[in-house]
Amino acid sequence: MSIDMAQFHQVFFEESFEGLDLMENGLLSMNPGEADAEEINSIFRAAHSIKGGSGTFGFSQVSDFTHVMETLLDEMRDGRRTVSSEGINVLLASVDVLRDMLTAAQEGGEADEARVKASRTELERVLANQGVVDAEPGETAAAPPEVASADAPETFEPVGWKIVFRPHQHLLRTGNDPLRIIRELSSLGEVDVDCDISALPDIHHIDPEDSYLSWDLRLNAAVDKSQIDEIFEWVEDDCDFAVIPILPEGFEAQADVAMPAQSDVASHEEASGATLTSQPDLKVAPPPQERRKQGDRRKSASAKKANSGASSVRVDTGKIDSLINMVGELVITQSMLGLLGEDFSMDKLPRLREGLGQLERHTRELQESVMQIRMLPISFTFSRFPRLVHDLSQKLGKKIELKLSGENTELDKTVIEKIGDPLVHLVRNSVDHGIELPDERVQAGKTETGTVHLSAEHRGGNIVIEITDDGKGLARDKILGKAIDRGLVKEDDNLTDKQIYELIFQPGFSTAEQVSDVSGRGVGMDVVRRNINELGGSIEIDSEIGKGSTITIRLPLTLAILDGQTVSIGEETYIVPLVSIIESIQVKDNMLNLVAGRGETFKLRDEYLPIVRLHEVFKVENPNATDIHDGIIVVVEAGGSKCGLFVDNLLGQQQVVIKSLEANYGKVEGVSGATILGDGSVALILDIPGMMRLASELGSRSGKLAMTA
Amino acid sequence: MAASILAVDDSASMRQMVSFTLKGAGYEVVEASDGVEALNIAKTRSVNLVITDVNMPNMDGITLIKELRGLSSYRFTPLLMLTTESGAEKKQQGKAAGATGWIVKPFNPEQLLNTVKKVIS
Repeated sequence: MSIDMAQFHQVFFEESFEGLDLMENGLLSMNPGEADAEEINSIFRAAHSIKGGSGTFGFSQVSDFTHVMETLLDEMRDGRRTVSSEGINVLLASVDVLRDMLTAAQEGGEADEARVKASRTELERVLANQGVVDAEPGETAAAPPEVASADAPETFEPVGWKIVFRPHQHLLRTGNDPLRIIRELSSLGEVDVDCDISALPDIHHIDPEDSYLSWDLRLNAAVDKSQIDEIFEWVEDDCDFAVIPILPEGFEAQADVAMPAQSDVASHEEASGATLTSQPDLKVAPPPQERRKQGDRRKSASAKKANSGASSVRVDTGKIDSLINMVGELVITQSMLGLLGEDFSMDKLPRLREGLGQLERHTRELQESVMQIRMLPISFTFSRFPRLVHDLSQKLGKKIELKLSGENTELDKTVIEKIGDPLVHLVRNSVDHGIELPDERVQAGKTETGTVHLSAEHRGGNIVIEITDDGKGLARDKILGKAIDRGLVKEDDNLTDKQIYELIFQPGFSTAEQVSDVSGRGVGMDVVRRNINELGGSIEIDSEIGKGSTITIRLPLTLAILDGQTVSIGEETYIVPLVSIIESIQVKDNMLNLVAGRGETFKLRDEYLPIVRLHEVFKVENPNATDIHDGIIVVVEAGGSKCGLFVDNLLGQQQVVIKSLEANYGKVEGVSGATILGDGSVALILDIPGMMRLASELGSRSGKLAMTA
Repeated sequence: MAASILAVDDSASMRQMVSFTLKGAGYEVVEASDGVEALNIAKTRSVNLVITDVNMPNMDGITLIKELRGLSSYRFTPLLMLTTESGAEKKQQGKAAGATGWIVKPFNPEQLLNTVKKVIS
């Protein structure tokens, strides 16, 4: 019977990647010198499982490589090797390599051989080094020697075998049965059985659980001795056992009893298991720093691939059950409405209303539940950061503690996948540019170890992710200086601090003194903002020089559905994303102002904000209000700036399903998508950052950034 | 009546493969993911054979075998360990705990079935 092993592969890969995460976390939390036995044991078990599974399912390269890791871990858990930071680092690197190998295996590709080889060499080097407790001298054992078999002279093939089999008294208690063994022997050929009952006590003294019988067996088959040994392998220690070849007529039978030299074999196997051949003539592996950098890039590349390829989600069966219940309710409501509709009369109207109300409730419940399924805890994204911060801070010679909170906060699967890279960039910035070197920190009166705090929480229908560091903060003046140099702002433009910090989101902007390979090339922040905007979110930065910085990212709970404010302009309906709205007001005379070079503005508390006349922007025919006093201004905010959108009327708030305009028509500036309203008409969804740009263009023809006073 | 087998391994993919293979050959299979679970199952029912991995959380395979031998209904039940090739001392430990024999990992379904046939007749 042949079984298709491929059906087990997916589960194997999933549990192996989980095992790798476990190993990585375990290794990161280990302190050199101290060995928490259970911690090392669980890391060992993870490696052991991966080795076993990969061997079983045919991924022999993976199995071989994992074997080396397992050997090192085995020594550590047994206490035969002290846990050194070198060992930990080499193991961490090998976890990366193994992750790549598994990813390659999953995708049917090939892992980077050179990298695998290099990592393996490192592992073997550590294994061969001092640091081995109770090292036995001359441990470089090669493959275990052949089992000595004192056999008949090799030139003459035996025609059969005589086997003496004397089970020890306790043999039955091992769960073995002489009968089964003899039966198995007979599968090799004809067996003459002669039973020796001489050791059998009288009936009163027989213990039925003991074995008293012995056998002289004669196997009349020219088989290999190893086949016989195999049959008796399990009971070797529980019996007296001898295999004597029966030679063809005319030859003297060997009187030597061919007992396998057990104790020798056992100790040899042990010895060679503990060490591997050191390979002194292998070329020196590239320096760890370099390799780790390669590793990082490769990791993010393959992580990206894994992210886009991963198409399964683990769902709690309880969730599925409640979904099924809800669908059931929906069906009941639907059939009730159907029945009503068949023979409808106006006096049934209240029941119709009730039914429709139920429909709305059930649909909403179902919608929320289904969206829940696509929600994953953000820990999936956060999990890579301990390693990242650890490696990076080591590389830069800084001491940094990473705090995570709100890992259980759930967001849509797609959002989680896409927020990863931007977060990595931001955390790297904090580590690279934010947190100072230990000496600098002490001089500044801070603790030697800096803190980076990554947190996530639900706040008012959104997810808010914050990255806070207690580093040196943003260099406000430097940023302003650079912006002036680049002509982004004029010297007398009087920007608030917050607006100055916003400048770093401009493309190509970086005030880093030296561009390190970690960050500072200035290609990051604008891409980060764009990615976050694409997710329907926003990013802000706040900082206090000398104290630290906080980056706040706001994301919608889901990509497909938006909470929006419907507004009307003429006959048209537009949607303004609720997340961007600060407030809506009706303008009074004394609030308006026509500022030279800035266009129309209105005063909101202490600020003058530009007005965007949507009926002009969208060239709406017959708007109801052209005079500012007749309409409503919706004050919106994006990227630290605010403006007012001038509309006819507010219609109401509702959830809308976002349909892509780009996919169905084309990209339109200022519009992020469209939706179909209940009455079948199409409403365009406004893109608020786009609106901001329009506001600044309208306000200043000279290309200045139109900012508030 | 079909022979029953208790398969113990903390790796879900291994359990699946073993279970699938054995069920396909007509055996009844009960699964457990570690020694504690397995022991609890064993206390409530008997099986014809136990196959267990060695490295598992909560209770490892060798301890499980020792515990099983302490149950009156399991004193003579074949108990097999899944072990890797370099674990000679594990085999010894297993035997000392009362194991019947072992299956060497990695193994394929055919090897598994052949070994099982050896102990369940």
